[in-house]
This record gives sequence, structure tokens and C-alpha cells, in this order.
Amino acid sequence: MSDNVRLIEVKENILDDNEKVAAALRARLKEEKTFLVNLMASPGAGKTSTVIQTTARLKEAFNIGVLEADIDSMVDAEKVAATGITAIQMRTGGFCHLDASMVGDGLDAIGSQDFDLILLENVGNLVCPAEFDTGSALNAMILSVPEGDDKPLKYPLMFSVCEVVLINKIDTCEHFDFDRARFEEGVKKVNPSCTLFDISCRTGEGIDAWVAWLKERTKAHNA
Amino acid sequence: MHELPVMNGILRVVMKHAAMNRVTKVAAIQLRVGKLSDLEEKWMQHYFDYLTQGTVADGAKLEIEWGDVVMRCAGCDREFTTEPHTEAFGICPHCKGKGGKILSGKEYYVKNMVAL
Repeated sequence: MSDNVRLIEVKENILDDNEKVAAALRARLKEEKTFLVNLMASPGAGKTSTVIQTTARLKEAFNIGVLEADIDSMVDAEKVAATGITAIQMRTGGFCHLDASMVGDGLDAIGSQDFDLILLENVGNLVCPAEFDTGSALNAMILSVPEGDDKPLKYPLMFSVCEVVLINKIDTCEHFDFDRARFEEGVKKVNPSCTLFDISCRTGEGIDAWVAWLKERTKAHNA
Repeated sequence: MHELPVMNGILRVVMKHAAMNRVTKVAAIQLRVGKLSDLEEKWMQHYFDYLTQGTVADGAKLEIEWGDVVMRCAGCDREFTTEPHTEAFGICPHCKGKGGKILSGKEYYVKNMVAL
């Protein structure tokens, strides 16, 4: 290197800014007694259907709000709102994930202090949402059977950040050669304490067990 | 797609340090990126070039060091390095246990920058 070249030490994690905003949101939501669930999945895994099935069973127990993230459409929020649940569509304007400051804007818009439970439907994608902390108290993901049992090996980061994984469309297992045991082994490899629920939004199978678990978690957070 | 917001974050850090150090031209940026990241080196540079047009980092080369994935075995509690996207991923070489907690491998870290 010539004399006029300098090496400047930076030593900075580029996700730090987002993590600070996320931590502040988590503290605020704890204070407000609002349990924020970040729901992640591939497109078509059944995020909106799961939101509708879940809110239908919990709307007597809690005041529930839904934040829908979408690259650019209102379809999901309209579907949820049609069931009588307050839903806000957050357009990400082409972004592939939500970051904590976008979620903060969404929480302000919906008035988070008025809700016991807010379900955040992240952008459909298994890559970027795993890397950006949203400020949620719970990361959950939905994997649908047709996607295949090898997904934990392909997207280890996503499976490592989720405390709970819902296996949706479980009624179609035999049609897709989905090896439930292989899938679970893949998840536990990167996340030994992960909780799994088998569900079907079409038949309603398993939804009650997941909802009972979520109810306890919500109560514990807001206590 | 995903590269864009991440590169934007890197540029933000670089611009801050360039201003603090009164740098007029950044020649290279040394990054450490965890192997669990799905970013492609080629696309990182491509998006970075797009974002840095007209800034002090215009034309800066990204030098990427890929950080290993280190896990702590849930069975024997020992740490091990493991290669993502291989059959052996997540398998503890000490006790052959399958899985544990990920300790590193997801970082995006700006180490140094070379300034003119």
C-alpha cells in the first residue's frame, strides 16, 4: 500500500441499528401489555388463513389486531377485516421484509396500546425476514406440507429464529411424500427447543392446540 | 432483492466512518459475513456499485471474509464448526448429536475500510 492509503477500523455490525429499534419496540409493547407475534412463511403457505383461523378462536378472549405486510396489495388485509378483526395493510414498497422501524409505524397506525395481541404477517419469504428483528415477542413460522420436508436444511436461519413452527396443510402429507420425522429432525438441528404443531386450515385439525398454546403465551406476556 | 437493504446498511456505516475520518475516497471495504447469510458476493458488489454512485465510496471494492457457522451441541455442550448446505450440517463431530444452538454465522460486520 502507498503512503496515502489509510486503513480505517470500523468494527460495526450493520444490523445493530435495527436491533436497537427492535429492542425499544419490545420494551414498549411489554409496557402496553401487547403481545406481538411475527408470523413468517413462504408465499402460499397459509399465513392469512392461519391468521383468520387463529383470530376466530381468540377474539372472545383478547382484543386482536392484525398487521399485514405486502409488497404492494391490500388483498390480505381486506380478507382479515371481512372477519371483523381490525387489520392494517402495511405496504413495504418493494421491500422483501419488514424492519423494526416499519413495524413501529404499523403499531402507531393501528394503536397498539388498544390490543392484547397483534399478529404481524411478514412478507412471504424464508430468507430476509429471518435476519431482521421486528421487535416481536414471538417469532412463529408456517411451513406447508407441499413445500417439502427439506426446508430446514435450505433455510436454517429462518428455522433457528422461530420459537414455534406450524406445519400447515397436514391433511395433504401423503400426497406430497412429506416425511414429518425428517422435517422435525431438520428443525431441531438448528433449534432444539422449537415447538411444532401440525395444523390444517382447511379441515381445522390441530388449530385448537396451537391456539391454546398461543393463548397461554399471550397471557404470560401481558401479566 | 435482499442484497439491496443489506448493502444500504453497509453503505450507511461506511458513510458515517468516512465523514468521521474526513475521507474523500473509499477504495475498499472489508466485511465479515456469516455463512448462514444467503447473499451472493457478485450481487452484493453489483448492488453496492449501484448505491454508491456519486458518493465517496463510488467504485469501492468489497472484500468479503465468510464467517463460519459455530454451534453449541445440545447433547454434549461442546462447540463445533459446521458447513451449511451439506449433509453433515448441524451434526456434532464430538458426540454425533444432531443439533444445537447457533452461536455465530449470521453476522454482517464491517471490519475495516481502505481510504485514499
